[in-house]
Amino acid sequence: MGMRKVAVVGAGMTKFVRRAQETPKELSWQATHLALESCEMTMDDIDAVCMGTAPDAFDGIHMKGEYLSNGAGAWRKPYIRSYVGGGTGVFVPIQGWYHIASGLFDVVLVVAEEKMSSYYPHAQGAFLTIFDHTTERPLKPNLLWIFAMEMNRYMTTYGISKEDIAPVSVLHKRNAADHPCALLADPDITVEDVLNSEVLAWPVQRLDVSPVTDGAVTIVLAAEHVAKRVTDKPVWIEGVGWNLDTAYWTNRDLAYPRYVEYAARQAYEMAEIKEPRKEIHIVEPYDPFDYKALHHLEGLQLADRGTAPRLYADGTAARNGNMPVCPSGGLLGVGNPIAAAGLMKVAELFWQLRGEAGDRQVPGQPRRGLAQAWGDLMQVGTVVIMGR
Amino acid sequence: MNERVAIVGVGWIGFRPTTPELSYKELMYEAAVRAYNDAGVDPRRDIDSFVTVAEDFNEGTSIFDEYVPDQLGGVLKPVHTIPGDGLHGLISAYMLIRTGLCDVITLEAHSKASNLLTHSEVTAYAQDPVINRPLRLNTHFVAGLEMNRYLHETGTTREQCAIVVTKNKYNALDNPSAAYAADLTVEDVLSGPSLSWPLGMREASKPADGAVVMVLASEKKATYLGDKPIWILGVGWCNDSPSLESRDWAQAVYAQKASQMAYRQVGIASPNQVIDFVEIDDTYAYKELQALEALGFCLPGEAGVLTEEGYTTPDGDLPVNASGGSLGMGHLLDATGLSRALEVVLQLRGEAGRRQLKDVNVGLAQSWRGVPTTSGAVAVLSN
Repeated sequence: MGMRKVAVVGAGMTKFVRRAQETPKELSWQATHLALESCEMTMDDIDAVCMGTAPDAFDGIHMKGEYLSNGAGAWRKPYIRSYVGGGTGVFVPIQGWYHIASGLFDVVLVVAEEKMSSYYPHAQGAFLTIFDHTTERPLKPNLLWIFAMEMNRYMTTYGISKEDIAPVSVLHKRNAADHPCALLADPDITVEDVLNSEVLAWPVQRLDVSPVTDGAVTIVLAAEHVAKRVTDKPVWIEGVGWNLDTAYWTNRDLAYPRYVEYAARQAYEMAEIKEPRKEIHIVEPYDPFDYKALHHLEGLQLADRGTAPRLYADGTAARNGNMPVCPSGGLLGVGNPIAAAGLMKVAELFWQLRGEAGDRQVPGQPRRGLAQAWGDLMQVGTVVIMGR
Repeated sequence: MNERVAIVGVGWIGFRPTTPELSYKELMYEAAVRAYNDAGVDPRRDIDSFVTVAEDFNEGTSIFDEYVPDQLGGVLKPVHTIPGDGLHGLISAYMLIRTGLCDVITLEAHSKASNLLTHSEVTAYAQDPVINRPLRLNTHFVAGLEMNRYLHETGTTREQCAIVVTKNKYNALDNPSAAYAADLTVEDVLSGPSLSWPLGMREASKPADGAVVMVLASEKKATYLGDKPIWILGVGWCNDSPSLESRDWAQAVYAQKASQMAYRQVGIASPNQVIDFVEIDDTYAYKELQALEALGFCLPGEAGVLTEEGYTTPDGDLPVNASGGSLGMGHLLDATGLSRALEVVLQLRGEAGRRQLKDVNVGLAQSWRGVPTTSGAVAVLSN
């Protein structure tokens, strides 16, 4: 017997902002309300709720999933939160997928929320406690440092320059100018702007990095018989994959994300994709830093190792190119509310594949897209493939 | 799709009030090796996916899921973490196998409670930061409020709650894994210091360290893994209102709805006729009585009387927490529900040693995530 088919039938998101006045519960409900409205459903139609949200330390709330439950719409419903660090945003739709594919439910809400502004003075503080308490924490590393190490390793291994990487930031932030929910959209940004921005931890500069953001995204998943009843344009979840590498990140080569490759291969196998470069029409790789989009395109087998910058140089990655990358504007442009940012990519594929992406619409009626997220200690890859 | 899912291997270490010689990673490793030996699997070769259960604040590490793969054999494999109770993890693994994507899954939950000097101050951070936290409500104080309402609405007495303590701690004397076994009288319990009236200090479970690992498999794999597959017949889970202001304080609505979901899957109309024994939440003594009523074994107000009459002892009609429960074994933070399920597995396999119940075929495990949540899960298992 084959697997039960699961479709995305609705999506909604809040504006991504630097300091939301709403509580985390309210952000969750705003996104959920919009998603339900988009497919003309009410909470009565929902069988279960899945929640994705990153460290409890952001909000300073123990068992944050429990706190968010009624905001997400889970009152007196089955509700489970899943968690794979920064990869959560693309894992939580996988969690929703297995709720329905298991045969237990027909309609499931998938909610991702993040409020990073509660952390004072800066959300980086929450990341000081992610390191090993014995071997690493005494050195007081922070995320920018370790990603600077990874970026440096990537550049050194393949002979890639800052000038090769900056076009990623330029393209994504320009794309975001067409996104009504974007935080950092800039239609006029240039490579020089990126290269002249403040150095944070060499080679990472301010415009290489996505902003600290508050926001929430919700999608509605449905089993085949329900999806065909509620919409003419269901977008099917064709493949899922996730993979976690060792916690000892200092022991591996940071030049190449093997865990992303393994997650992608799992998803390609399920979607029966043999030649991803031909069969994936839109890709939303995780781009909290500009080099990460390149790193991930290589891990996803959409570019050979060390050659992803060419996709940006020759226009392949542009919105009207052969394989548009982050037509949404990505984390660099729309914003990076950790878990919500990943689910935003899934929502973007939903809108693009239905032809509902407005000014962001990719031409040529794309049939299939891939969203990917990444997280933990440069350690986890999560992949979802969706198609019409 | 895989219709049927079984637990084919279990391993655990503990449970003890403190474990200074072992880190949480070593606890996880020990339990995993025992579970893999029990199931006869090599984690690098045979396991398709891993599900772990943890909450950041209990671990003192943000994004704790970073630190789980190595000691379980899960490096470069599909691993994900459920910040929930162990039973939520069991349910997630169950669903994942049912999809047909995976056949064999490792499930892990642990507690290193001894690292927490003041657990109730950590759980106080679970309260609403805007509405409740300025009131500085201690976690046990909220439990005391709930107990008071439960006693008031159902006519249950403090003595009946104290009998739960004496029963469970006495049961634990036969459980070599129990940390807090004792032979007490009702007087001993009631004469103890007050925690938050009417809740007494001896009616609250104490934290313990330990880890539980299970190997779950689809039917086609279960037939040749392990000797005694224990089948998952039905699962249910539910959240009621997280707000202190708008919840039902007397009844465990979450447990009622979770059990109804599980009973629907199994086809149970009257749980008393089908279920032979239960392992349920007894974080506080009154919770066991409240849960028994919510799970449909009796009407509100009857659980205390039945307990008084010996109905829930190991020799009674419905043995409740023959393992000793959280009161006798210790409260295992996020692994609590999984330790209840562990006992159900051992009883159904006939491997419960001196506390083995006779002629048991169907058992139920139930969990609650503690103050201030209204989150619970249920699993019905059979041999």
